[in-house]
Amino acid sequence: MNKPLRRISIFCGLLVLALLVRTNWLQYVKAEDLSTRKENRRVQIAQYATERGNIIVEGKPITGSAVTDGSDYKYKRTYLDGPLWSPVTGYASQAFGSTQLESLEDQILTGNDDRLFFDRTIGMFTGEKKQGGNVVTTLNAAAQKAAFDKLGEKKGAVAAIDPRTGAILALVSTPSYDPSVFAGNSKNDEKAWVELKDSEDKKLVNRALRETYPPGSTFKVVTAAAALENGIVTDINAPTDTPEPYILPGTQTPMENHASGCEKASLNEALRVSCNSVFANMGNKVGRDNMVKTAEKFGFNNDKIDTPVRAFASVYDKTMSKDGNALSSIGQFNTAATPLQMAMVTAAIANDGKLMKPYMVDQLTSPNVDLIEKHEPQEMGRPVSAENAKKIQEMMVNVVEKGTGTTARIKNTVVGGKTGTAQHGEGNKKRPYAWFISYAENPDGSSPVAVAVVIEDSSADREDISGAGLAAPVAKAVMEAVLKSNKG
Amino acid sequence: MSVVTNTTTIGAIELPSRRNTELLLLAFAVVIPIFAYANAGLSIHGKLPPGMLTYGLGLGVLAGIAHLVVRRYAKYADPLLLPIATLLNGLGLVLIWRLDQSERLQNLAKRSFGAFSESAPRQMMYTGLAIALFAGVLLVLKDHRVLQRFTYISMAASLVLLILPVIPGLGADVFGAKIWISVGGFSIQPGEFAKIVIAVFFAGYLMVKRDALALASRRFMGLYLPRGRDLGPILMIWAMSLLVLVFENDLGTSLLFFGMFVIMLYVATERTSWIVIGLLMSVGGATVVGATASHVKARVTAWLDPFACYTKSGACEQVGQSIMSFGSGGVLGTGWGQGNSDLIGFAANSDFIFATVGEELGLAGVMAFLLLYGLIIERGVRTALAARDPFGKLFAIGLSGAFALQIFVVAGGVMGLIPLTGMTMPFLASGGSSVLANWILIAILIRISDTARRPAPAPAPSPDSEMTQVVRPS
Repeated sequence: MNKPLRRISIFCGLLVLALLVRTNWLQYVKAEDLSTRKENRRVQIAQYATERGNIIVEGKPITGSAVTDGSDYKYKRTYLDGPLWSPVTGYASQAFGSTQLESLEDQILTGNDDRLFFDRTIGMFTGEKKQGGNVVTTLNAAAQKAAFDKLGEKKGAVAAIDPRTGAILALVSTPSYDPSVFAGNSKNDEKAWVELKDSEDKKLVNRALRETYPPGSTFKVVTAAAALENGIVTDINAPTDTPEPYILPGTQTPMENHASGCEKASLNEALRVSCNSVFANMGNKVGRDNMVKTAEKFGFNNDKIDTPVRAFASVYDKTMSKDGNALSSIGQFNTAATPLQMAMVTAAIANDGKLMKPYMVDQLTSPNVDLIEKHEPQEMGRPVSAENAKKIQEMMVNVVEKGTGTTARIKNTVVGGKTGTAQHGEGNKKRPYAWFISYAENPDGSSPVAVAVVIEDSSADREDISGAGLAAPVAKAVMEAVLKSNKG
Repeated sequence: MSVVTNTTTIGAIELPSRRNTELLLLAFAVVIPIFAYANAGLSIHGKLPPGMLTYGLGLGVLAGIAHLVVRRYAKYADPLLLPIATLLNGLGLVLIWRLDQSERLQNLAKRSFGAFSESAPRQMMYTGLAIALFAGVLLVLKDHRVLQRFTYISMAASLVLLILPVIPGLGADVFGAKIWISVGGFSIQPGEFAKIVIAVFFAGYLMVKRDALALASRRFMGLYLPRGRDLGPILMIWAMSLLVLVFENDLGTSLLFFGMFVIMLYVATERTSWIVIGLLMSVGGATVVGATASHVKARVTAWLDPFACYTKSGACEQVGQSIMSFGSGGVLGTGWGQGNSDLIGFAANSDFIFATVGEELGLAGVMAFLLLYGLIIERGVRTALAARDPFGKLFAIGLSGAFALQIFVVAGGVMGLIPLTGMTMPFLASGGSSVLANWILIAILIRISDTARRPAPAPAPSPDSEMTQVVRPS
């Protein structure tokens, strides 16, 4: 009986061998894959097992951590002034995942980043608990607060940039949400989350970065830049050949003007009173392809604008017909822009034609505040020459001094701006969007702030009045806040 | 000068008994779990567990008693079996204690049953009982061949044991499998004991019938088919294992019984055709059951891709969780008490306890455990090889083969190698029946190995030897 016994022993050996092979397969070959699967709750458990690092504005954290009981996740994210900062931070919820900075800088915040290896190793020996690193933002607390307070109950967004560096100073979206209310994973958190997710006002959407609107008349500065860059206009005070009424190329439709005195108006005058006909005419003369080229230099049609939170691509249609191009030149038709995009346009002009890459993370630091990474300002491009930028500046200052944007005037400060009211919806049935873009100058001529404001629920029916009446005061408050904090 | 030589061929040269080796190994088998316990306590609560001294003493005393019994009543037994079983049992206790500390499992139990009770103290009690039973078997069973007398009684007993859980009022349906009976507050899994009893029957029956089965057969298509009257019991076993599966939802036990029978049949008859017939029959049975029983289908689906149906099916979630446990453990594991294998839920300390090994001790730990199990199997097969009587050979290979199959089916199930069957890892899993039955199994193997390695009795002095003495001239 020994021969079959030996064979059985080999069989038993093979059974054990199969198990050994399998465990090697699972725990060595597939380990990485299995331990990071989305079904694997250990990932979230680890994410919330230690105190998360903080997101910092002007040296003060705007986030925190709290211990939660009776949950798989030990620490819960807390937010100071959540609704104010949520467009910057995003949220980190035990149950509903994370977004924006909380998600993009998760490795630093949880302390798992490879660059924190030393801190972790030292902590292991000194017995210190693992801590997360910090994310230092470029935001200006006063500007953020001013924008948020001024927007108040209104639905809208503000983006403000330092034109010299591209640093984002304010990023506001209203109505906002408090990420604290669903940071845990209790029943109440779930209720709050469902309410927010299904809210009619789309509270969770970051309107400043991730919502596009027709820019309306504010887009006229881009058209002006294109006209100057392409040599269609050289003297901004010379009359143009615009007839009244101006008929859209290839159609019988006259272009409607809300302003008077637009016939043969100069570029400067046309921007001051916001003539649609003049800019439609200019856009038509520049031509679709050159318009696209200039718009793209300002950042349109670019779906990789990472601040590091990625902004939606703003659109200037590359394939439309002539009449579409003429309409697009005044920021209607298919043209769509995020508030950040319009702030970038303004910033490039204010910075004498040099567009800086927008960013909002200045530094990453270790738990004990050692610098890990610092952002260096980067040039994105030069959409207009310095000379033409100066001309546009002159026109924009004119708008604020004597034109549609007088509500944005600041005492003893040179301010340039442009109003806009964008038609919206089929046959212009829905409420228009009120826009205002502007910049303020230091006494030395450099500009510390460019800002774009959009307000969705404007009930005004006359072009530009709502831009000036609703949006401009918000922009003014932001600019004042920045100017004040720079002096102090 | 004259030299006296002994002319008998069998000398009374004693094999070393290896009892001291066993004692030394036992010391390790007690100390390692104590360290493991300390380690788990430190990592979970930051201090040494309060019961450490009593636990260590308890395990040490139990191991000491077992050793003394072996030393006295099974002097020549294999020295590895007892230490390995002790080590596995001790580490199993630590694993169960560690899962008792899991808040997640405590909350789960409170939510579902209104109360949470620790499993480790109960397991400790069962371990004590099991070692008593182990000693009892060695004391009572002086020679395993006695069991031959109970061949047909064993058959009846095993049938009764298997049918018990189906009897209304006695059986308890726990999580879909009807394999428990509850008697006076205790639940027992009769299947675990049936495993041993049925091995007695197989060994006894096959020893008697092996010639008939091996030789009186007709050749048909290259296979030797036995006569109908010899085939009867085989078909009965096949049908029985199918019935067990269908009525008790217990894939594991039926597979175990059938596999054990095929192995023993093959060893007894030395005919490969049995393996072929056995495989054909099990494939046939599996097809029928797979097509009819819904829970088997669910387990096969879960095995094919647990993550495809992860959120929809409980079976998939369990297997998925278990596989992720293994994966998250990686090569070195997270360390005692620092994993999250309790995410698996209720079965974490029974069916899926091996996943905790996978996560907290890692690839290294799992391999060590598998090799320990492998060693038990190897010592069992070796015992079968060394046994001098066919009954002992068959009995030993039956028990070790069943043990090997059980390890394969359980570990393979939780690692996603084969569909899950719902059996428990011997010595590790929480559960009285399993601990008791497996200690009895070890006791029997020790008994057989003792008989096998025991030196033949010294030959009676031969009266002729005086006369045939050769006197050589000096």
